[in-house]
Amino acid sequence: MSTSTTLDGARTGSTPVVLGGTRAALWLFGTVLLGVALYYFIGIDQGATSVFGNDTHVHEFVHDARHFLGFPCH
Amino acid sequence: MERQFIVRGMAVGAIGGLLAFLFARIFAEPQIQKAIDYESGREAAQSLLDKTAGMPVEHEHAEPFSRAFQGNVGIGVGIIAFGIAMGALYAVAYALACGRTGKVRPRTLALLVAGGGFLALYLIPFAKYPANPPAIGHEDTIRERSGLYLLMVGISIVVLVAGTWLGQRLQARFGTWNATLLAVLACAVVLGAVMLVLPSFGELSANVEAYGHHATETPLPLRDAQGRIVYPGFPADTLFAFRFFSVAAQAVLWGTIGLCFAPLAERLLSPRPDTSAAPATA
Ligand SMILES: [Zn+2]
Repeated sequence: MSTSTTLDGARTGSTPVVLGGTRAALWLFGTVLLGVALYYFIGIDQGATSVFGNDTHVHEFVHDARHFLGFPCH
Repeated sequence: MERQFIVRGMAVGAIGGLLAFLFARIFAEPQIQKAIDYESGREAAQSLLDKTAGMPVEHEHAEPFSRAFQGNVGIGVGIIAFGIAMGALYAVAYALACGRTGKVRPRTLALLVAGGGFLALYLIPFAKYPANPPAIGHEDTIRERSGLYLLMVGISIVVLVAGTWLGQRLQARFGTWNATLLAVLACAVVLGAVMLVLPSFGELSANVEAYGHHATETPLPLRDAQGRIVYPGFPADTLFAFRFFSVAAQAVLWGTIGLCFAPLAERLLSPRPDTSAAPATA
């Protein structure tokens, strides 16, 4: 992260570039993975595809949320 | 900086999920119950028809969770976890958008990114494949329906990101206002074309084979061998209410994310708190 861009942004009242380096990229990548994994288990698992085989506990547990959040079900 | 964004994004996502859950518990659950009652009544009518026709009657399988549990605990955990997931993705999108989306204040950008998330991850896919209550949806087509829904989500994300990029490119030539309008128009045209090309759920081959040509999988009236209606089609009012509340709940979720993240981003991205705005006398 470069200090000069941060201050530039702050001075003009607009948003600065805040990212830089591999560490930041890894944090963002890990966060996306976590978000997508949650999204998958709430919305898709034990419907179209299943990571725990022929079980329906995840599906039935979040069943109402799955319908209500707009995912296809049943 | 990115870690502060991520923690705050997930926190505001959890708050948004909690509010969306309270909304769902009050408004959506009665509609979901009506849909499930319709489904049970229809199954009973179907069994009676099968029995009179001398066909084997399908038996209901045991459910692992009770309705009360699904409608109070399951829906809460599901929606709050969804809120956290959306908050996490939101924080990443916000961090990437910072400094790459023109001259815009941190709190304005917070609302814009939330609006983009609402559109790309929910409302645009909903326009083609709207949310359905229980009783709507054929089990044989779940793979195709999930695939098409996720495809619609993926395309919406790509088109909105591309639209943002296009708007930036046009800004120098047409100014912010006109560049924004042109970029929105381009997104609308592309998304409209995609929606025209993708098949409706009712037109999936398994559905056409079993039920003929229909736009959706919404249950039609059940008829006996003589063609008399023995059980009505899915109630239109229940369907509308369910979908309306579904959109409203997502608006609550994304609205909360944007509005709660805005002041946090403003504070994170300013070098020091704005003391000039504080009142002179306490
Ligand atoms: Zn279902």
